[in-house]
Amino acid sequence: MRRIAFVMVLIGLFAFCWYEQGKAKQEDFPVPRPPFSEGIFPCSNCHAGMEVNTKRRELKEEHTNIKLKHGSISRWCLDCHDAANRDMLRLVNGDQIDFSHSYELCGQCHGPTYRDWKVGVHGKRVGYFDGGQRTYFLCVNCHNPHDPKFKPIKPEPPPFKPLYRYDPTAKTGQAGQTGKQ
Amino acid sequence: MEAWKFFKRTLVLVAKGRPVYYLWCALLLFVMAVGLWFYVKQMEIGLILTSMRDQVSWGLYIANFTYLVGVAAAAVLLVIPAYVYHFDPIKEIVVLGELFAASSIVMALLFVTVDLGRPDRFWHLMPGIGKLAFPNSLLAWDVIVLNGYLALNVIVPVYILVNSYYEKEPVRSFVVPLILLSIPWAVGIHTVTAFLYNGLAARPFWNASILAPRFLASAFCSGPAMVIIIFQVIRKVSQIKFSDEALFKIAELIAYAMFLNIFLLGAEVFKEYYSNTIHLAPLRYLYEGLHGHRALVPWMWLSLAFNITAFILFLVPSTRKRLPTLNLGAFMIIVGVWIEKGPGFVAPGFIPDPLGEIYEYFPNFSELAISLGVWACGLLVFTLFMKVAIPIVRGDFVHSKYAKDLTKIEPR
Amino acid sequence: MAGKRYSRRDFIKLASVATLSGLGLSGISCKKADLEEFLQTHYLEMTEEDKKRTIARLEEKYLKKYGKQFTISTKGAKPGTLWAYGLDLSRCIGCRRCVYGCVKENNNSRYNPQLQWIRVIRLPEGSLINLENAEHYYNPSQVPEPGYVYMPVQCQHCENPPCVKVCPVRATWKEPDGLVVVDYNWCIGCRYCIAACPYKGRVFNWAEPNIPTEELNTAVHYLGNRPRYKNVVDKCTFCVQRVRNGRYPACVEACPTGTRKFGNLLDPDSEIRYLLDHKRVFRLKEDLNTEPKFYYFFGL
Repeated sequence: MRRIAFVMVLIGLFAFCWYEQGKAKQEDFPVPRPPFSEGIFPCSNCHAGMEVNTKRRELKEEHTNIKLKHGSISRWCLDCHDAANRDMLRLVNGDQIDFSHSYELCGQCHGPTYRDWKVGVHGKRVGYFDGGQRTYFLCVNCHNPHDPKFKPIKPEPPPFKPLYRYDPTAKTGQAGQTGKQ
Repeated sequence: MEAWKFFKRTLVLVAKGRPVYYLWCALLLFVMAVGLWFYVKQMEIGLILTSMRDQVSWGLYIANFTYLVGVAAAAVLLVIPAYVYHFDPIKEIVVLGELFAASSIVMALLFVTVDLGRPDRFWHLMPGIGKLAFPNSLLAWDVIVLNGYLALNVIVPVYILVNSYYEKEPVRSFVVPLILLSIPWAVGIHTVTAFLYNGLAARPFWNASILAPRFLASAFCSGPAMVIIIFQVIRKVSQIKFSDEALFKIAELIAYAMFLNIFLLGAEVFKEYYSNTIHLAPLRYLYEGLHGHRALVPWMWLSLAFNITAFILFLVPSTRKRLPTLNLGAFMIIVGVWIEKGPGFVAPGFIPDPLGEIYEYFPNFSELAISLGVWACGLLVFTLFMKVAIPIVRGDFVHSKYAKDLTKIEPR
Repeated sequence: MAGKRYSRRDFIKLASVATLSGLGLSGISCKKADLEEFLQTHYLEMTEEDKKRTIARLEEKYLKKYGKQFTISTKGAKPGTLWAYGLDLSRCIGCRRCVYGCVKENNNSRYNPQLQWIRVIRLPEGSLINLENAEHYYNPSQVPEPGYVYMPVQCQHCENPPCVKVCPVRATWKEPDGLVVVDYNWCIGCRYCIAACPYKGRVFNWAEPNIPTEELNTAVHYLGNRPRYKNVVDKCTFCVQRVRNGRYPACVEACPTGTRKFGNLLDPDSEIRYLLDHKRVFRLKEDLNTEPKFYYFFGL
């Protein structure tokens, strides 16, 4: 009897290790705090006591400022936000991850980009690449997850034309912008 | 002591002359003073006072430098007939021609100096004391070769003239090797100047093998043309005498050089226009205008017209051997080659610039003033050289031991 | 003797006037610091004490001129590093944030003259590397404009730099970590290197630089972003003051779209090595054989 129990424990341990090894490891990167809107986090402040309605619909009472333009034909809010715990995000297989690991969620669909981001070829890294503090920007630091397409921005001014008039008394560069050449 | 006495006597020669001489020197000194004033301002404020910018970083100064190195190299066209072929009419004026080359080199070196941003750091260029990047940098080669040529063209004539002053025969074993050395050296200075443009792969207009031959061909046109004009002026204002045969021979040699120059231009034009790659852009800028920029187009066509007309004038013996048409041709060549080798060479190297931008460079007043100041300086140096050399060559200015009449040391 | 005008008295007068005027002219600006600066040796030939003395003199000079205490580093190249740059052409939107980020970090003159080490050019889609169609002065209200690609160009830090080859006084050279640098106290301002550069990587200080004092960056490197002088050449240094301490260059940090990548070619784990292995990279004007270390690629 004891021998069978012992073997079963061993098998159980083995199965547990096998299972754990199969589960995707959460990689950690030096990311900044996710760029939440003011006062929106933690979500459970409002959602803890609310009823969960998983019916796909257009929200009329809250979060009306969010217009989903990101796979909106096949997806809606609760496909990425975990229905049970709004402080977490939800992977396709149902696992919960927290907001500072949101890159794992994006990486499910955007595989090549995720691979590039992990190495640093996609996205933005600032700080020290060697021997100091560094920051890897999260996907959402640049891309609004609900409307990820970049909006055009105003460019910085062009360089002065070569033959602007040299004015030793000028306090600013405004004079440089005139002239044909 | 003897040298000091000689020097003092040359000072006397230089200090006395006809009113036209004083007027000429005063004019030159005035132009030099104006140029110097602008140069001081340029050094104070910075090179921003010129019209040069990052897009066209070399302008009027380097254009004049290129032209004057060519003019200096052309002294060889006098040295070869005189010393190698013993052509007597030219032998009379060859020493003066070498001093002319020396003045040209002085002007060329001055042009480089006014173009430098930090001439106070000139000692960085001295081999041994500074860090001259020889043999990697063609500018380092140019520094050595130009100064060497200046030395040659000062040592040889001064040696000959001083010996003449003492009525001594120059030691042939000393002076003849130097003279013979100056022939390939003259070709060398202009080849090195051509190579300093040629080696830049970044500027396709200059990165053409035709550059060095073309430089030499145009140099052998412009230099002797200046000699023709200047020496006629000298013949008028001083008492030196030389026959017109010398001038006609020089004009004949110019005709051959001009043919080569025009032929090489034709070769360049064919290659660019027929192959029709994007490297056609600078040549198109010169002769047609590029994207609406047409500043140099009339100048280039004028230069071409001048060159071809002068070529014909010099080729046909009847126009070559007549002084009015000879002088007209010489004047046309001086202007035509200056346009071709100055703005018509330096500017299109930078237009369009490596990132495709077009900045039409046109020199402003301060650059013109400084350039004219440098030209005036060179002309003054040449005038002073002539003031001493001509009396020696004529036999008027000799050591008192040999003077036929003591009261005859009256220079003109 | 007829014509002998130069008596001994005249000579003495002339000689004394000449000497006095010479001394007077030289006395105008002959302070010890200026003399030391004039006689300063080439950076590569300085001993450690020479460097320390030079740094002290320069820091004092900057303090006097700008009223701020600079810390000038002379940190050398780290062994085993070869810096290279990657630029994702599919993501550059031509906003020029990199240009002005660089200007701020590197104490570039803002106006009279305006010095920018990075030049962003706009090219029409369909004929990418034909630089004759490049527009430098685009100024729309918004970027990116449809139908155009934006390409920033700066010093490419070539392995075979034509500018180093042509400098007559060796004022510019390639450091062991691959950076092409200029010794601003040795340059004579002949601008041959500007003529030799195929990428317009080098610019000239046409006048005394104008930097607003409150925007001065005082953490500088001798070969990098210390305030320069008029009439010398300068260029992008891949932020030598940052990269030798392991920090990203300023343009990399300024870019809002993550277009710019930087790393050590000799480090197999760096971003730049991944780029070279996995993306289709090209370099500008490769037929000129300059071997630039600035790789352009298309990430999308």
